[in-house]
This record gives sequence, C-alpha cells and structure tokens, in this order.
Amino acid sequence: MSGMTVGDMSAQYMDVLKELGNIGAGNATTALAELLQCKVDMNVPQVKLINFSEIGELIGGEDQVMAGVYLAIQKDITGSILFLVKEEVALHLVKKLMGDYAQDIYGEMEQSALKEISNIITGAYLNALSTMTGLRIEPSVPDLTIDMAGAILSVPAIEFGIMGDEMLLIQSQIYDEIAIDGFFIMVPDVDSYVKILNSLGITV
Amino acid sequence: MEIKVGMADLNVCSGTDSITTLGLGSCVGVVLWDPQTKICGMVHVMLPDSTSIRNNTNVAKFADSGIEELLKRVLAKGAKRQNLVSKIAGGAKMFSVNNKSEMLSIGDRNVEASIKKLKELKIPLKAQDTGDTYGRTVTFYPETGQYHIKRVGKENKII
Repeated sequence: MSGMTVGDMSAQYMDVLKELGNIGAGNATTALAELLQCKVDMNVPQVKLINFSEIGELIGGEDQVMAGVYLAIQKDITGSILFLVKEEVALHLVKKLMGDYAQDIYGEMEQSALKEISNIITGAYLNALSTMTGLRIEPSVPDLTIDMAGAILSVPAIEFGIMGDEMLLIQSQIYDEIAIDGFFIMVPDVDSYVKILNSLGITV
Repeated sequence: MEIKVGMADLNVCSGTDSITTLGLGSCVGVVLWDPQTKICGMVHVMLPDSTSIRNNTNVAKFADSGIEELLKRVLAKGAKRQNLVSKIAGGAKMFSVNNKSEMLSIGDRNVEASIKKLKELKIPLKAQDTGDTYGRTVTFYPETGQYHIKRVGKENKII
C-alpha cells in the first residue's frame, strides 16, 4: 500500500469525490441558506487533481490571504479535511451572520462566527460521505488559521506529498449575492482510502 | 528578475536577480549562497527524508536529497564549494490539530532535517527564521545576501 500514488487511486477515488462534491455542496447550500437566512445557489462542484506547481494558479497566488479551517477525522476512517475560502469571501460570510459591524475577520467574535460557518460546511460534506459509505466519521474541534494560501495548503500538500506530487481537491462555488468560492480538501489516511472505496463496493 | 521556486521545487540565481518562494507553511526554504561569486540557490523542502518514502523521484521535495541536488546546481552555476553558507526559513506549525503526531510536528522535522544535512555537507548555517505558527513569503538577494521574510499582519523581517 505504501507504494500507492495519488495517480493510482485517483480514477476510482475521483468518482467518489465527484459524488461527494455534489451531495456535500448540496447539503452545504441548504445549511447555509438556513443559517444566513437568504437564498443560496451553487454551481456543479469540480473535482481536480492538481500538481503542486499549479496550486498558486488555481487559488490566485500562493500569497493570497485565505481563511482555512482544519479538522482531524476519526472513527471508521481517519485523516484530515481542510476548507478554504479567500479572505474577502470569509468576511462576506461573517458579515452575513453578524451584520455589517464586522470589519475584518481577525476579531474573536468574527473568528468564532467563521468557525461556525466552516463547521456547517465541512459537516455537510462529512455527512454526505458518511451517508454514501455507511461509515462513521467524527470530526475533531476545528482549528482556524488566516494566512497565505500556500502556507495553509502546505499542510494537506505534505500529506499528499508522501504519495506523489499531486493533490485532490473539490472546488465548489456557492452563490448568495456574491460567489463564494470554496476549496474542500480531504486527506484520508491510506487505509481509509481503501475503506471508503470498499464500502462503495469497489475492490482495491 | 525574480526567479520563482514552487512547492517541492528548486532553482538557482545570481547577481542582481532574486529568488523567491511564496507562502511557505510547514515547508522550509533552504538557501545556499556564495558571497564572492554572488551565486545562490533555493530549495522548497516539503518532507524531511527521501529514504523513508518510496515515491521519491522528485528530489527537491525532501530535505536530504533536495539540499544535495541544490548543492550540485549552485556548483554547476559557478559557486565555490568552500565559500558556501546557508540561510533557512519556514517550518511553521499551521494548525494545532492532527491525528498523527508526526504530521503535527512536520515543520520542526523539516527544519531539523535541513540543519542536519547542512552540517553533514559542512555548509555553515548563517541565519534562520523557523518554527512558530505563521506562513512566510521569502526572497533571497544574492547581491547582498539578505533573506527577506514577509508575513501576514506582521512586520517584515530580514535575516
């Protein structure tokens, strides 16, 4: 198993992620509409296998400031997930929730609002995965960081880096008044990849 | 001209050019520099050890093989082995949650592995700005030997 590369697992696993992207983003849209009390739409999420060298291009520069929420996942499958939005999108979401007196995303209240929103979005994806696979998934307490995109993405990239030079991610676009571009990256531990695929009837 | 080094990548530069890598997180930006010829190189290291991983064809990804390859490249460009010094930056802990302790400490381990390799190659480490919890955009100027470090919401640093 240790010789398995992201490329090897990608064909089947990408199909799983596509499905997960669709259901997860759908769930997230509904949950966000409830939380923010407004109409929320979404585009069909895209699943991408990107080389490390293309990361900057995809997100608009490695030094672009983004808000990233990171969770460890436990129970039947283990690994980590990262949800990432640009700073201005994060501020828009916080303002939607707290009102216009939120000036930036650096205050304590603003950050807990952001964590709450991220919890709902990541929870929507994790529920989708759990429903699809019948596996139990338990998220840890979320950890929020506002920093350069490259620095935040180095965390999942390093985990993917053990297997190759590519990273799998779901790019989703949700709309209310503005487009909320979000990136969702799931890094199951190698054994958990197999469990996810097996639970869907795919033998590895 | 500014030469860009991507993730798990390396390059060399000289004279009035500069070399940069954007948004270093837990990775480490290792610079080798010859102050006399003004030739330098930078490698963006992601993982400490190439020997513990089977998919290790990209030598620039690892501290051990990356620094060795960088040394070859700066020497090929005309740097003198005995003049070489090093500066390193990065190796942050971006998040405080992870199931695997070896991943939680990956920044520190990348720094340690880089320092170990530099010692092994007998290249003096002149300066370092490593660890902590923030990302860094780093630029090295071979003309002056200055390693500029930019951070979000904090003052810039020169080492």
